Amino acid sequence: MHTSKKFAAALAALALAATGTACGSDDNDSNSGAGGSSESSEPLSGKIAIDGSSTVQPFAEAAAETYNEEQPDVNITVGGAGTGDGFEKFCRGETDISDASRPIEEDEIEACKKGGVEYAEVHVANDGITVVTNKETTIDCLTTDQLKEIFGPDAKATKYNEIDPKLPDKDVSLFTPGSESGTFDFFTDEINGEEGVQREKNVQTSADDNQIATGIEGEDGAMGYFGFSYYEQNQDKLNAVKIDGGEGCVEPSSQTIQDGSYKPLARPLFMYVSKKALARPEVKGFVDYAVAQQQTIAEASKIVPMSAEQAGKAKQAIGGGA
Amino acid sequence: MAVPEHTLTRQWTPRRVGEGAIKVALFAAAALSIATTTGIVIALLRETINFFREVPFSEYAFGDKWTPLSGGDQQSFGVLPLIFSTLYLTAIGLVVAVPLGLGCAIWLAEYASPRARKIVKPTIEVLAGIPTIVFGYFALTFVTPEILQGFFGLEVKTFNALSAGVVLGILVLPTIASLADDALVAVPGSLREGAFGLGATKRQVSLRVVTPAAISGIVAAIVLGASRAVGETVVILVAGGQVASLAVDPAEPHQNMAAFIANTARSDVSSSSAEYLTIFAVGTTLFLITLLLNMISIGFVRRYRQVYE
Amino acid sequence: MSAVQAEAAVARRIVGRRSRGERIRGQMFQAGLLSCVVLALLALALLMIDVIVDGGSKLSWDFLTSFPSRVRPETAGVESAIVGTLYLMGLVAVFIVPVGVATAVYLEEYADRDRWWNRLIELNIQNLAAVPSVVYGILGLAFIVRAPLSLGPVLLAGALTLGLLVLPVVIIVAREAIRAVPPSMREASMALGATQWQTIWKQVLPGALPGVATGVILALSRAIGETAPLIVIGAALFARFNPESVTDSRFTALPLQIFSFISDPSDEFRSLGAAAILVLLGILLIMNSVAIFLRNRYEQKW
Repeated sequence: MHTSKKFAAALAALALAATGTACGSDDNDSNSGAGGSSESSEPLSGKIAIDGSSTVQPFAEAAAETYNEEQPDVNITVGGAGTGDGFEKFCRGETDISDASRPIEEDEIEACKKGGVEYAEVHVANDGITVVTNKETTIDCLTTDQLKEIFGPDAKATKYNEIDPKLPDKDVSLFTPGSESGTFDFFTDEINGEEGVQREKNVQTSADDNQIATGIEGEDGAMGYFGFSYYEQNQDKLNAVKIDGGEGCVEPSSQTIQDGSYKPLARPLFMYVSKKALARPEVKGFVDYAVAQQQTIAEASKIVPMSAEQAGKAKQAIGGGA
Repeated sequence: MAVPEHTLTRQWTPRRVGEGAIKVALFAAAALSIATTTGIVIALLRETINFFREVPFSEYAFGDKWTPLSGGDQQSFGVLPLIFSTLYLTAIGLVVAVPLGLGCAIWLAEYASPRARKIVKPTIEVLAGIPTIVFGYFALTFVTPEILQGFFGLEVKTFNALSAGVVLGILVLPTIASLADDALVAVPGSLREGAFGLGATKRQVSLRVVTPAAISGIVAAIVLGASRAVGETVVILVAGGQVASLAVDPAEPHQNMAAFIANTARSDVSSSSAEYLTIFAVGTTLFLITLLLNMISIGFVRRYRQVYE
Repeated sequence: MSAVQAEAAVARRIVGRRSRGERIRGQMFQAGLLSCVVLALLALALLMIDVIVDGGSKLSWDFLTSFPSRVRPETAGVESAIVGTLYLMGLVAVFIVPVGVATAVYLEEYADRDRWWNRLIELNIQNLAAVPSVVYGILGLAFIVRAPLSLGPVLLAGALTLGLLVLPVVIIVAREAIRAVPPSMREASMALGATQWQTIWKQVLPGALPGVATGVILALSRAIGETAPLIVIGAALFARFNPESVTDSRFTALPLQIFSFISDPSDEFRSLGAAAILVLLGILLIMNSVAIFLRNRYEQKW
């Protein structure tokens, strides 16, 4: 019948048009910001699977993006499942690089041994866990003891001024990462005294740092913590609280985190690269690039870069070169 | 002369074999639906059984704290708060969707001119075709800050049940309106005319005659809308929050079963841990609840269809 | 006063009283109903205005042809998401058309209603239409992404999952379309010596084609906006490349990209999310227009 033939032709044309647009690969990110020293001019291709800490994720994503400007055929996927979950996948051989906001732990080392995964620990950047509050909630500085009274497992205060009458008369409402997060591990270890335990009431946990920021941003009296870069990205919507680690109130900033004066919440950020993956040229190329360009990448992703000394050590960790 | 029966035999010609093969092929396609249901049941049950190896059934069914993603001592797998939050969000949604939906349906069926009906009914169906992620966006970026916190000045948290629930209601409204409208329109005109003849006003006819006559279909519409609301994921995921609790406070965050499943699957916990297996246990619970609601709805539809035949 | 006049006076009093009070109640009732309609339409209007105002400024050809970016949101675009979505829709269509039509043909033309297995199939389809999309995601994760099909979180897995989700829609609509073909067509064909299958293939299906096409587009419209099943099977929320293969490459799709954008609290990313929503709605609009066009053009008048 005529009608069905015409109809079939129309459908076929539609399908062809759809596949036509799909087949056109291109590269429209023509803003080359991180120019600088490019090394291997040989085109590489392949896939790199990166997963792990959501604190390191902005760095890894920025590194992947800028690396793609030099090597557009290397497909890099970056996930943010959390330091703990990242290590699980990494030690099972499912990822090539594991982002971590704390060093690898005993049981994870065991798991990697079991999974036959050998790795190199590469220090890639620095971070300071930033305690943030809603814009309307003015808290200038908190001591580590006060933080424990707010976030700790035995915390009882329902309003901030119960801890110190100078603090605002607002209900305590906290947003924190969950147990899959290295940030959570680090914070609870340093502040609450024991890794993994935290206040239960009035706390909303999320594996998504963006969700934490959204939650705090929209509620007067809300407080939480995450990596410095997330504060930097949302500076206009959140307040950072100065932390008194025993030597006076210190404001989190690139300077204080890098030189370590932002105590006790400054920490190194790592990428753990499996030796097997490192043998592939595209992975080696990427890791070399990330370390060599770490200053620019860190600035682009609002993460605190390494000092020259730290960068030198990192280069050695991945076998000199660069 | 009669033809003896035993000479009439079926001939297996190539044509007949071809036809037979086609029938088998078509049956196989139809049987895929059975395979799908079987697949769903197996997928859910298999891991749910594994889940109950790690977490005792009594803790799941009767515990009153739902914090599966917390660490150590604070981890708890009592599903009641999650079911409560789900029903709470659905209830808020229905409070919005049922009156508005029925109001629209009665207006469309009884009061609207044919021209008005032609314009309004498709417009409401447009609402039904909008992807749910758009509703999630609407709830988070408009309803919460501009309407609830801004226009009404309420003190709700960023992720709150009221915003998610109201938008859930808007999402479900077209379903209820459309099905209720079908039920009302199906009421024979003779019933209306008889009532008018006895001197009833239009209001009385709509409310006291037509609506009760269509009640089975209307209930079916509401139950189907509820079923849709119970299983809705994205709106709650984006705007409802991460907490399942027994707090009866619409300003607080609430998460329903479907959003919990999606959120847990996204965060990629280890695939053999109890946390991960909650996806399947909760999935089974959700599947059973929606199945139950669906059967109730079908029962009502069958009843209302029979009334006029 | 005569008896008739008295009665008339009484009647006037009754009718009059009813008129005044009842009229007010009647008008209030109608106003109440109308306000329901107005509220529903207002919600729709607010939704559209919100999305257009937030995202309109970000729409551009560059937006459609760049990849998403966390680092430089000014250059972010949704190309990978559009490509993923188009691929998904193509694959879903290839899956649901034969399977859906075959099922509908079987149920309408071949199945004996009295057999228990046929009634079971019908009941099944009705139930499957009401299962939440998240559960289909679990199904896809359990059997398609993992064993036995073990495809991984690739386009084919996503397409099969979404296909199963919308299959009931296609089956139900196709059945209506096939049912609408009058029996006289079939009988005439059979009388001329055609087999059952020849009748179906040459007479019934072509006649049901517009209805089937509408059903397919309805199903695709539903599938294109589904987020939850794709999240559960592990599709990427953020990909800076177009998928290269259907079976060997991770992918993203518009609803997922939208979700990723709006999860970020910054206004910049929210606007990008709104713009991506407009792209999605645009594709939906085109699809539904095609459906309406096909339905009007090829509508069969029996």
